[in-house]
Amino acid sequence: MAGIELNNIAKSYGSVEVLRDINLTIEDGEFIVLVGPSGCGKSTLLRMIAGLEPITGGEFHVDGRRMNEVPPRDRDMAMVFQSYALYPHMDVSRNMGFSLEIRKAQKEERSRKVGDAARTLGLTSLTERLPRALSGGQRQRVAMGRAIVRDPSAFLFDEPLSNLDAALRVEMRLEIARLHQRLNATMIYVTHDQVEALTLADRIVVLNAGDIQQVGTPLDLYERPSNKFVAQFIGSPTMNILGVDRAETGVKLKDGTILDVGSRGEQKRAHELGVRPEHLDVVPEEAAHMKGVAELVEHLGSDTNIHASVPGVGPVLVRQHGHFPLKTGDAVNIAVDLEKAHLFGPDGVRLAA
Amino acid sequence: MNALRQSSPLAVTGKYLALAFYVAFALFPLYWLAKIAVTPDKLIFSEGTALIPSKFTFENFQTVLLQTDFVAYFRNSLIVSIGTAAITTVIAAAAGYAFSRFDFRGKRLIIALMLITQMFPLLMIIAPIYKIVAALGLLNSLTSLIIVYTAFNIPFATFLMQSFFDGIPKDLEDAGMIDGCTRFEALRKIVLPLTLPGLGATLGFIFTAAWSELLFALMLINSNDAMTFPVGLLTFVSKFSVDWGQMMAAGVLALVPSCLFFIFIQRYLVQGLTTGAVKG
Repeated sequence: MAGIELNNIAKSYGSVEVLRDINLTIEDGEFIVLVGPSGCGKSTLLRMIAGLEPITGGEFHVDGRRMNEVPPRDRDMAMVFQSYALYPHMDVSRNMGFSLEIRKAQKEERSRKVGDAARTLGLTSLTERLPRALSGGQRQRVAMGRAIVRDPSAFLFDEPLSNLDAALRVEMRLEIARLHQRLNATMIYVTHDQVEALTLADRIVVLNAGDIQQVGTPLDLYERPSNKFVAQFIGSPTMNILGVDRAETGVKLKDGTILDVGSRGEQKRAHELGVRPEHLDVVPEEAAHMKGVAELVEHLGSDTNIHASVPGVGPVLVRQHGHFPLKTGDAVNIAVDLEKAHLFGPDGVRLAA
Repeated sequence: MNALRQSSPLAVTGKYLALAFYVAFALFPLYWLAKIAVTPDKLIFSEGTALIPSKFTFENFQTVLLQTDFVAYFRNSLIVSIGTAAITTVIAAAAGYAFSRFDFRGKRLIIALMLITQMFPLLMIIAPIYKIVAALGLLNSLTSLIIVYTAFNIPFATFLMQSFFDGIPKDLEDAGMIDGCTRFEALRKIVLPLTLPGLGATLGFIFTAAWSELLFALMLINSNDAMTFPVGLLTFVSKFSVDWGQMMAAGVLALVPSCLFFIFIQRYLVQGLTTGAVKG
């Protein structure tokens, strides 16, 4: 069990800076998800925590002990790789028990721990097989088993589900959540999939281009994104961003409509309005803030996504619960839930309510 | 598309005919070697172009094994070839691993130098090599051949080994180090077993190259004691005649170690050992 502390962590390759000034404190037993678009440095950060990449700046502590130069084998962390990285020449049980083999654990202890992990993951009947004789999902389980067997102070996951098909991904996601509940161990999980982030995390760290954008609980990020990047990255479908000008009693859309968003901190800096598709509503004409035409209607069963085009404002995505009887080309009248709309300044920072 | 995929009987026949032609073409010299080796001396010129001789004999083999220095040549060649193959492969494996996994100062320079050494025709450097070997007092020794062959084969063998190491995912070593290995342990317990096909191929390749090398062996070795097999073959050519039958018999015997070697390593050459390591 471990509390992990990152102070001003930085990483550069020569003159190329890939991570800057990363500060993060991870509580013992916490499930932290690092999320961001590809190339944002999230995997590099995880590999630095694991000890596979040298840390080029800042301090890294585990339980108060400085770990910057400690080799991976002495960090007591287990890692699940995106590629699974199973040893091709060892069968499943040797793969899972390899860390114990290296540490010269007793044979009985090894087979007991491997047996326990195999049972937990439903791999008991496969222990004699070589990795090449396993399906993708089974390989993924073995990779997790290899981590569990070690009983490490922290688990690191590097996009562990991105090679699985959609159905299996949901199943394994649940399994990881269950694993965290059962072991109550510190887990750091890297993904580019915001659904994984929202469903698994105690706290999410959003990274972009080497900087931390925001750290918070999933609900925090959804309700109070600190800037436009986080607002658009978290939540599906993506938040609508509409250009606005300031007005005396709120903000003015580009077609001239005034939206009374109440008084907000630095409202005069308002540059853009962000509103999630689920916070827009199709209403009778007289209650509408915007009038447009449905260009595409997606019927998903549980929801209906209406891609509308509003003259003077631009494309707007509206999400309605359940089945909504609307066809391409129909007129749509849209109302904005002003309570849940966000204002962003010219620099993309969200203006506090 | 469809016509291409549903191969017609004609296309299949054509394909196999082409393959058969190629195999016949490639194997014909070997067949000829074996044929002349078993043809009695007096028939060689009288029915020289017949595909199958009218009489067979193993007399040539008997003469070669019992009345010439063939066994000594054979032993010398084995020592040189195995020595060269072993030393070259060890050095090339270490260098190839370094090139594949590490970035270090001078890496590009070393690679460039290794490539440059491959650019000169052997004939150009044979005189300086002779002088160096002579100055070292190593003329007429098998050691000189091992040193020279090793030096000449290392660049190619290194690039070969590097490509095998490149084919082994880095994640495997990372996983090993996370699991508690030092880098060297990860190399020994994870990378090395997966590189066996590459080591086998390199060993085989270098062994064969050293086994059949003539030029340096001819220049650096004069004494009968230290002659390797290819040089020894030339002793069947005398001033006035060529002893074809015995020469060919010796040639057939010379094929044996190469064949054995490849039979031994071919199971390591079978690819697919790394499948299942990463995503599938």
